[in-house]
Amino acid sequence: MIQTLMRWGLALLALAVSPMAWAQPVPNIAAASDLRLALAAVAAEFRRDTGQQVKLTFGSSGNFYRQLRQGAPFQLFLSADEDYILKLAKAGKTMGTGQLYAVGRLALVAPKGSPLLVDSKLAGLRAALRQGKIARFAIANPEHAPYGERAAQALKHTKLWPPLSRKLVLGENVAQALQFAISGGAQGGIVAYSLVLDPAFKARADFALLPASWHQPLRQRVVLMKGAGSVAQRFYLYLQQAPARAILARHGFALPKPPRA
Amino acid sequence: MMDWQALRLSLLLGVLTVVILAPIALVVGRWLATTRLRGRAAIEAALTLPLVLPPTVIGFYLLVGLGPESPVGHGWISMFGQPLVFSFEGVLFASVLVNLPFAVQPTQRAFEAIGQDLRDAAATCGHSLWRTIWRIELPLAWPGIVTGAVLVFAHTLGEFGVVLMVGGSIPGETRTLALSIYDRVQAFDNASAARMAALLMAISLIAVTASFVLGGRSRKRA
Repeated sequence: MIQTLMRWGLALLALAVSPMAWAQPVPNIAAASDLRLALAAVAAEFRRDTGQQVKLTFGSSGNFYRQLRQGAPFQLFLSADEDYILKLAKAGKTMGTGQLYAVGRLALVAPKGSPLLVDSKLAGLRAALRQGKIARFAIANPEHAPYGERAAQALKHTKLWPPLSRKLVLGENVAQALQFAISGGAQGGIVAYSLVLDPAFKARADFALLPASWHQPLRQRVVLMKGAGSVAQRFYLYLQQAPARAILARHGFALPKPPRA
Repeated sequence: MMDWQALRLSLLLGVLTVVILAPIALVVGRWLATTRLRGRAAIEAALTLPLVLPPTVIGFYLLVGLGPESPVGHGWISMFGQPLVFSFEGVLFASVLVNLPFAVQPTQRAFEAIGQDLRDAAATCGHSLWRTIWRIELPLAWPGIVTGAVLVFAHTLGEFGVVLMVGGSIPGETRTLALSIYDRVQAFDNASAARMAALLMAISLIAVTASFVLGGRSRKRA
């Protein structure tokens, strides 16, 4: 009886004390949706290496920009388009202008069984359009999602924008655009290469990397917001180190030259 | 994977919304049921608005009205050092506002059903207003009040648009179960989304069934 009580008491004590194990508060991090898979892996690696945790929220960079202007409590912001970060810096919301951590790429994607044949010249898309086989085509919202804006640029560059513009379904962010593209409701879409490269998609969809010259580069910048704590700062530095860079490269990001120490 | 943090947050939000709204619903509901004020219809209409407005409209006004540039948002920051939007407190405020009609209307109907005759009879017997409310009206109206509370709780669990706009889906702070499901779908994690959706459906079904059972009981008595 007493033993049982003691065991329960100890368990309760452990529960009560356990938050102290990570005395530093867990920082909130806002990240562009193209990082959904890569950054989750980086955060897991960060936790293994340092014992520290971060909380990730994914969305479109433009939406985060608006939320951060309105005082959202994120300590670190990873934007798929560095312009948003430079604007935040100019508004005095950040600690400096941050650093470039990756360059993103676009990919054409189509679910298995789609009439859209996938190639890096968009010849299949052009043919399917001519044959009237494209009813719906997914990209992220060009208004506030960098990948959507770049997808629109690529489509304009290849003169496919006029025939496609009325068939577009717009994802709120690029992850949702991919969701739309392969859900079966659309014949395909243009999304982030980093999301379709995941092995889990091999069985569900075909994809092709699109030429980087068709659109402005997706220069991705990360910045510490004013008042960021020590864990966020540590994670910021961690992004420049070999384990994080390896994960980003594995997910299809082009990497900037490593910073000189 | 079940997002336990989001479940806890949803339940906490539901309970706190009910706790805050219960006294408001009692006072406003009874007042609306008994007042002969001319502007009553206008007040009732205003209280019903959250029921018919799109969540984006409410979310937009709350973002503007509570944001750091607004007087309320600015005052909040100078008091607590952090903005009201994108915080649990901000979402709680939004939740209370959105749920006003769900709390007030059933309570008001319950007090209306009691009828003026009974109130007059109680007064004739020498009961004070407070004694009438305490001994006669509340025992008769309580199924309506509880129905309101259950509806508020269930509706809070189901609220999506306003919470997303005002709260911004921050894990452990503003990401409720409904938002966590949305997040899982976007992360191509349909298995987790299905599990959480089923749980939310079960909770809602139990809650709404409870409100119908209570409603039925009050009708039998009347």
